[in-house]
Amino acid sequence: MSAADPHYVAKTFMDHLPILQVVIPLISAPLIIFIGNRKLAWIIAMIASAAAFVIACLMLAQVKDGSFISYHIGGWAPPLGIEYRIDALSAFVLMLISGIATIVLPYAYTSVKSEIPKRLHTLFYALFLLCLTGLLGMVATGDAFNVFVFLEISSLSTYVLVAMGAGKDTRALTAAYDYLIMGTIGATFFVIGLGLLYMTTGTLNIADLADRIANQGANRTVQAAFTFIVVGMGLKAAMYPLHHWLPNAYTYAPSAVTTFLGATATKAAIYVLLRFMFSVFSPGFHFEDWTLYLIFIPFSLLAMFAASFVAVFQTNLKRMLAFSSIAQIGYMLLGIAMLNATGLSASIVHLVNHGMTKAALFMGVGAMVLYSGSAFFDNLNGLGRKMPFTGAAMVAAGLSLIGVPGTAGFISKWVLVQAAFENGWWIIAIAIMLSSLLAVIYVWRMFEVLYLTAPAEDCTATDPPLPMLIPMLILAFACIWFGFDTELTLGSARVAAEGLLAGSAGMAH
Amino acid sequence: MFDVIPTAFIFFVAAAILLTLPKGNLRGLLLLIIPIIAAMQVWNAGFGSFAQIGFFGFELELMRIDGLSRIFTLVFCLAAFLGNLYAWHVRDTVQQIAALLYAGSAIGATLSGDMITLFFYWEGTAIASVFLIWARGTEGAYHTGMRYLIMQVASGVILIAGVALFYRETGTIAFDRMTLGSPGTWLIFIAFGIKCAFPLLHNWLQDSYPAATVTGTVILSAFTTKLAVYALARGFAGTEILIYIGTVMTLFPIFFAEIENDLRRVLAYSLNNQLGFMVVGIGVGTELALNGTASHAFAHILYKALLFMSVGAVLYRTGTSKASELGGLYRTMPKTAIFCLVGAASISAFPLFSGFVTKSLTLTAVAEEHRTIIWLCLVFASAGVLSHSGIKIPFFAFFAHDSGLRPKEAPTHMLWAMGITAFLCIAIGVYPAPLYAILPYELHDAHPYTMGHVVGQLQLLLFALLAFAFLYRKGIHPPEIRAVNIDTDWTYRKAGPAVIYWLSWVISSIYNWIVGLLVNTTSRTIKRLYNSHGPEGRMARNWPTGAMVLAIAVLLGATLLVNFLV
Repeated sequence: MSAADPHYVAKTFMDHLPILQVVIPLISAPLIIFIGNRKLAWIIAMIASAAAFVIACLMLAQVKDGSFISYHIGGWAPPLGIEYRIDALSAFVLMLISGIATIVLPYAYTSVKSEIPKRLHTLFYALFLLCLTGLLGMVATGDAFNVFVFLEISSLSTYVLVAMGAGKDTRALTAAYDYLIMGTIGATFFVIGLGLLYMTTGTLNIADLADRIANQGANRTVQAAFTFIVVGMGLKAAMYPLHHWLPNAYTYAPSAVTTFLGATATKAAIYVLLRFMFSVFSPGFHFEDWTLYLIFIPFSLLAMFAASFVAVFQTNLKRMLAFSSIAQIGYMLLGIAMLNATGLSASIVHLVNHGMTKAALFMGVGAMVLYSGSAFFDNLNGLGRKMPFTGAAMVAAGLSLIGVPGTAGFISKWVLVQAAFENGWWIIAIAIMLSSLLAVIYVWRMFEVLYLTAPAEDCTATDPPLPMLIPMLILAFACIWFGFDTELTLGSARVAAEGLLAGSAGMAH
Repeated sequence: MFDVIPTAFIFFVAAAILLTLPKGNLRGLLLLIIPIIAAMQVWNAGFGSFAQIGFFGFELELMRIDGLSRIFTLVFCLAAFLGNLYAWHVRDTVQQIAALLYAGSAIGATLSGDMITLFFYWEGTAIASVFLIWARGTEGAYHTGMRYLIMQVASGVILIAGVALFYRETGTIAFDRMTLGSPGTWLIFIAFGIKCAFPLLHNWLQDSYPAATVTGTVILSAFTTKLAVYALARGFAGTEILIYIGTVMTLFPIFFAEIENDLRRVLAYSLNNQLGFMVVGIGVGTELALNGTASHAFAHILYKALLFMSVGAVLYRTGTSKASELGGLYRTMPKTAIFCLVGAASISAFPLFSGFVTKSLTLTAVAEEHRTIIWLCLVFASAGVLSHSGIKIPFFAFFAHDSGLRPKEAPTHMLWAMGITAFLCIAIGVYPAPLYAILPYELHDAHPYTMGHVVGQLQLLLFALLAFAFLYRKGIHPPEIRAVNIDTDWTYRKAGPAVIYWLSWVISSIYNWIVGLLVNTTSRTIKRLYNSHGPEGRMARNWPTGAMVLAIAVLLGATLLVNFLV
């Protein structure tokens, strides 16, 4: 917003929103540790993430017209200083991440009590905030190296959060360990890519990088950088076949963590992918186009089918949802690979719609696990009937996962199919529909277990306490609401997609 | 947006109001008044488009009244009125709501000016009507309803797929005349064809109509297929292939109707045959032919409803509609018998009954196009109609061998419903001018009662009657009625069933072989998928960390290769 004024210095509270977005949760995390009180920990985390959510909404309102906010940390102008840059895409993803965090926390209050030993509670909330900080930072920053730093902050805290599931099932430890190895490799690839870029351009500011790469054109170094960044981030985004860390991590992590990660972590990685593919490199480069066509499309299709088939045969609901997430990421990457505005909007809107949908489903499973002790289908028989509200929320979200008209999931798949038609890719459009049919099968299996089998005779399950139930119902309601009112979701996604396709906005001096 | 409330909404609002009313006559009254209000609204509105609404960037047209849509809307209202009167005794909320929503959807579809609206109402008719079948509450009815629903919903899905393609080709969703050729129009055509019970797509009809409740069948018989006829007339008038499809439709159900024992199923076959006449008219596509189709649909809804009502009344009183178990009911149900005879005379196109004045339009139109073979086929089919609907239905239900049953006469409201319908059948036959006046196109010198028509038709009818009487008297007719039914058939269509049985054996063997192959392949595929993708399968197993890292290396290598080589 300050692009015209060369000596612009941030003065008002509103001007500081981009940094506050990241700093509030960042400061709150150590605060929790210092205070060390379990009750207060939750309250502080709640306030911090709610504040982050409000900030994200305020910023989205400012940039929804397609403009961007450039914030210079400490008043140092980029490319020397670090820049935070918020445009429609980043504000939209920030809103998703902070929104999910805010809605997961009330749920976590009860869920964490039953799943994690008491002494770890303060630590849990501190790590939760750190993870949130990392994810928000990755999205808010306009500096490539900063992305890596925040990526590591979020990853390291995530490994610990996943490992906290060990209280219930020690396999969480191996899951966290695998995730750590894989995540570290991904981050290393990413930083190697950045190193190569720095080597050839001498800058790390994203807008500046874009200018310089455009000036000097493609060469082997740039191409190698691109490859490392794409594969590294693809790993964090659980792109097929780099997804093997995901099912176990989601299955054995505590329910609140699964919900939060399932809805946000891979989405932030996809955001970074988008940012680098369109705002640093640009689709004008042959190597980028062909990477999309020859790597992204085949593996996306593979993800859509292979992961869905695995989901169809799963016997553990949490694991089934995890594999479904891998398939859904296939849709998002496919939308990117279409390289048109509609496809990008589809990816971006699916990012958010799928985030809400999966969060609602994972919350539902978490609530059921509170009573059943495990997420195996055999232990969930008939629980939909015993827990009517939880069941209803899962039905709504399940329909959205399939993409039934009138739900959020339908909107994103519909736009995706439209994008395929725009390119004349009939077969891809048919493939999208076919893989949706697989979703019908696995979601139906869930309905069958929840409703059509008889509950155990001594089953005493009832709906969970309100703090768990209300977030779930809000998300389920959102799945339906955004199936009809697409102004906020699809509208913002369209602006964001156009912004991306327009290429880098250039340096703001 | 809306100049008037779309007529279909009147029915939907009424369905909501119905829920608030106590069970009883008040509801019955509402069910009768609504069709009248709807008919008056359409009648008074005049021609034009009255209700537009925006939808995802499309302009939807909810209320297009022109000559073609008006006559179908009016007869749908009439059918709803008569059906609801016939169902006065029903106290089942589900059936009442279903009847309203069903009629409303059919009318909404008829009045829709674009194919997206059409699609919504198209599915509406499918979903609302299935409850009329399920309302019977038997296990069989449940499965039949399921099969019916699958076919109907499939038709809707094919329709919307076709509409999407059509929109891509032409950039319009307007529901107007289309030319068959592109994938989009073919899909739309097939969707219409399923609902219209084209040959080989027809099984749902004979399967489901006899399975519905007594009153449900009467309502079902009026809407779904005639909606499809309307849609074809609107979209594909003058499409040559329809002439041949229609001719086959008039012919093949005759044989099935002859050998069928359940009278309601006989009527379902005969319904299929009647649709054939309308489809031929659409295929010819001249103004006269389309008038023939529209007027035939109008008359047909009435006399077919009348026949279903009379057989329904018998079923209601005796609990069966099987020819072999009925007979001699005229003694105790004389009025029902008379009404049934009126319906039979109308469907057989006796002069002075409604079928005569409408069918002659279609036949004349075909003759004017000099399609001799088609014309002969239609004449032959008319004789078939006489034999299976005109004679078989009343004869085996009310006369023939005395079954010993002595049921009460049909309830008063049923008699009223049948009486009004019978009156209309005769009125149209005697004085067709008002019907001719509301046809979609102006009718030039329409005189059904020319010497040639009357004599020709009477010849046909009297000889068919004579043949039946002769065969019935002379024919070897064993004491059981059931045997007479089948025996008569063997006598004067010996070859027919034999060929059909042989054909059906061949076809069913091939069908079974294909299905068996499919089932085997599918189960093998699923097993293989389970082996690879199941919980312990290759794709779902937990990979060792090293293997995961290897996957990264491979992907990195592949990506680098792509990057460097292009």
